[in-house]
Amino acid sequence: MRKTFGDDVAKEMRFVVKSVVGEENFIDMQPNMSNNYCCGGGGGFLQATGFQDQRRQYGKTKFDQIMATGANYCITPCHNCHSQIHDLNEHFEGGFHTLHLWTLIALSLGMLGENEREYLGEDLCECGLEDIAE
Amino acid sequence: MAEAALKLGGPKRTSFMDKVMEILPEGGNLNLCLTCGACSSGCPATGIDGMDPRKFLRMAALGLDEEVMKSTWAWCCTQCQRCVRACPMGINIPALVFNCRASWPREDRPKGIRDSCDAALKTGGFSAMGASSEDFQFVVEDVLEEVREDQPRFKDMLAPINKQGAKYFLNQNSREPVTEPDEMVPLWKIMHMAGADWTYGTLGWAAENYCLFLADNESWEKIVRQKAKAVDDLGCEYWLNTE
Ligand code: SF4
Ligand code: SF4
Repeated sequence: MRKTFGDDVAKEMRFVVKSVVGEENFIDMQPNMSNNYCCGGGGGFLQATGFQDQRRQYGKTKFDQIMATGANYCITPCHNCHSQIHDLNEHFEGGFHTLHLWTLIALSLGMLGENEREYLGEDLCECGLEDIAE
Repeated sequence: MAEAALKLGGPKRTSFMDKVMEILPEGGNLNLCLTCGACSSGCPATGIDGMDPRKFLRMAALGLDEEVMKSTWAWCCTQCQRCVRACPMGINIPALVFNCRASWPREDRPKGIRDSCDAALKTGGFSAMGASSEDFQFVVEDVLEEVREDQPRFKDMLAPINKQGAKYFLNQNSREPVTEPDEMVPLWKIMHMAGADWTYGTLGWAAENYCLFLADNESWEKIVRQKAKAVDDLGCEYWLNTE
């Protein structure tokens, strides 16, 4: 992302997220876009046998960044990031939820099915369920 | 306590860094370091195993090849490129790290990454979790059928496989079909709602490529080429990577 697409694609992502959750519900982390920190799930780190402690030490930077936003949900459009941040939250007891972006897009369009809500918290897990049953 | 002084100099020999510089565009600018530390101050891997990007680069520049090449830190840099962005000289530290990985005997590289690469090489979809194309197709069809039955709004939704001439070839991280198949559904719904003409392919369906992270260049290239060929063979215009 940082190397190939740069800030332009980071802005497009923010456009999507803000359209989905509403401008007022979006909290950017600091630093952000091309200055952001990697979560530590990539580069094979999640798969590297024997590197769990190092991976979490790396991820602590990202964890602290997320905690500083005070947000209840962290959106992770990449699968590795989702796995890593989900694990960081459990390990460091962050108390936030980690969501795939497609979950939020489908939720905001009123088309998220009952079995597709694994990562939503109590506040959102029933949201719009009646629409989908019709 | 003072450590023994490092002895530099002696006859000039080709170091690990020289070799890496030969294969990188502009030599990766590896010999332009000002030692400012901007790379290390913004690298989340700084401090892990007593290493940081500046130290790694400086050690390589000093020709401490043995220490550099056996450093486990090569597996703790995620290749995120932040240091390159921060560096006033545009120095490509991750490329140095990558080539350090590549210098390890394959059997000594971290087992989990190696297994993921090997599993991919054994399946038609290049799935790092070793899922066969038949299993992938079965899971997709099974989940789709359930959604079409249970959710009337999506009774006509499709999740095509090997659809010749589709505009978009979509790939899928193995983790979804293998461990949480319901997570594929929101993606299908978005494609459905957007009216996109898309398809999966039984060849090259998996999004991941751990041979890259293993620094197994030959296998990495083989997988990328075969995946691209699968997209071409179906006559698709775009290759959408969900990773
Ligand atoms: S940011 Fe660049 S110039 Fe500064 S220490 Fe790191 S590699 Fe050297
Ligand atoms: S590419 Fe590697 S060395 Fe550079 S900032 Fe990222 S993790 Fe650190």
